[in-house]
Amino acid sequence: MELKKPAMAGTTESSDVMITLRPNPEGGIVIDLKSDVKALFGDAIEKTILEVLKEFQVENALVNVVDKGALDFVIRARMQCAVCRAAEIQFDWGKEDAHGK
Amino acid sequence: MIVNSAGRELPEKIGNYIVRPYQGAYATPAPETPVITKRTMGHRVPGDTKLLPDLKAAIQAAGLKDGMTISFHHAFREGDLLIGQVLTAIRELGIQGLRFAPSAVVNIKNPSIADFVLDGTIDRIEASGIRGELGDAALAGKVKNPVILRTHGARPRAIEAGELSIDVTFIAASAADDYGNCTGLVGPNACGSLGYAFVDAHNAGCVVVVTDTLVDYPCCPASISQQYVDYVVKVDQIGDPEKIGKGAARLTKNPRDLMIAERTADLIAASRRFKDEFSFQTGAGAIAIATTKYLADRMREKGVKASFALGGIPAAIIDMYDEGLVRVVECSQSFDAVAARAIFDRPGVVEIDNADYANAYSKGGFLNREDFGVLGALEVDTDFNVNILTGSSGEMMGGLGGGPDVAGGAAISIVTIPIIRGRTPSIVKRVFTLCTPGETVAAVVTEAGIALNPKHKNYAELKEDLEKTSLKLVTIEALQQLCEKLTGVPKPIETTDRVACIVEYRDGTVIDVIREIKR
Repeated sequence: MELKKPAMAGTTESSDVMITLRPNPEGGIVIDLKSDVKALFGDAIEKTILEVLKEFQVENALVNVVDKGALDFVIRARMQCAVCRAAEIQFDWGKEDAHGK
Repeated sequence: MIVNSAGRELPEKIGNYIVRPYQGAYATPAPETPVITKRTMGHRVPGDTKLLPDLKAAIQAAGLKDGMTISFHHAFREGDLLIGQVLTAIRELGIQGLRFAPSAVVNIKNPSIADFVLDGTIDRIEASGIRGELGDAALAGKVKNPVILRTHGARPRAIEAGELSIDVTFIAASAADDYGNCTGLVGPNACGSLGYAFVDAHNAGCVVVVTDTLVDYPCCPASISQQYVDYVVKVDQIGDPEKIGKGAARLTKNPRDLMIAERTADLIAASRRFKDEFSFQTGAGAIAIATTKYLADRMREKGVKASFALGGIPAAIIDMYDEGLVRVVECSQSFDAVAARAIFDRPGVVEIDNADYANAYSKGGFLNREDFGVLGALEVDTDFNVNILTGSSGEMMGGLGGGPDVAGGAAISIVTIPIIRGRTPSIVKRVFTLCTPGETVAAVVTEAGIALNPKHKNYAELKEDLEKTSLKLVTIEALQQLCEKLTGVPKPIETTDRVACIVEYRDGTVIDVIREIKR
């Protein structure tokens, strides 16, 4: 999936994360991570971000993450939202719901 | 390497410091030798004056030289304006290599203590905690000698044992006369109790009282008496009482903190010890202060009145006194203007010596008679060990304060703590820095339930009392697992072998050390 425009999701409130996605003209994925808990969870946060990008098959992106101690599911949700906005697609609410389809 | 009874690995020697390993909360007997003091006799004849023109004159008159030890009290907390002035004057006089031994954490800015460490004015620090710029400097290896951290009760013990001999103490007093009688109770910058300055006034080689309000002789009321005071200096301002409540003593509106506070009050009210003439201490910290309000409600509901409240006192406790819920308020520190004023105009609100509150090596003090002690924490582990010094990334966050003393003294010691803060777990398998030994912690109250410590001396009694209520009891292991499920497993903090801080227990043994963080 290709990112069409820069997009943001989240806030810089405590326990939230603010994610900014931009198309990467140079190709590849570049993550810039700032986090209050980088020493403890920096690797875990990057892993989640890469997972979500993979889920949406995004191969080229500049990812700016300002984390204020968000839990993993918050990071995942903000990331999914940012991808949908940047790629101008609708989130498929049915895909995680066995009865939704 | 040696291992203490709390399972911590310690070097045998750290520089010149010989490590005596912690052996248990009540294991160390008092020495049979007399108390050691640097206090000298004086001889003042009628007509002598103690009033000197400025701090430099006092520092010179005190005979301060390279390598000596200086001390301050921390009644103004973040609002202290004296320490910076004294250290600046010392620097200008070219005195170097001092041991800096304030009664607690002092996180002053402009100037920061770190500046005086970096230029060599100070080369050793002994306090209850260090944080901010100074904490960062210590953990980055910029303080030449390891910092010795002591609890409020451990400091007077160390002074009287001769381990912390103070050459010159500078006592900020909000009113003083020209002969040294002084107080924190009156004057435009009243800070309340001077409880932390007593041991210094009684044992330092030279006592300098610094005030911004010189009153006619004799100063009344007086906390520290003229007979201990060598010199008096007047400066423009010694501190800003507005800032006393900043830092540790905060009020909260956070619903989770309020929930933990209410459960803590419920735990106290469910105990068989909650009856007329019980005693308590709720202390500083957001949850602790909120607990006080809920406790007052439970006391009204059940018609129970307390004999005494102890320690650092906020306005909420004074309200309880005014309502007749507490008979005596024993203040080693005043956390706000209301509490500061209360000692002056309420007969049952009294200023006490910090040593009388917290020192385990005296002939007996208030803590040994306390029923409930409520404590804050940064981390608790599955052995109930408590960390109140270092944050999740190993950074210096707090001070020991009186936490380990209260846990060691109170019949029921209660640690209040949210299980996670942001993504940081607070109930862990092993605390990064051990400050309060688990054997002295009776209960941990969280938003996810209350864990009782099976190894605490009053476990059976507390368990029986709480099982009669609807309060949710959980194991500490269950809390730890819940934390891990929410946050994931944090990457361990890597340290070097260099010891940046030594954490002493109440008896002067080493309960843990803080090693420099690998960057």
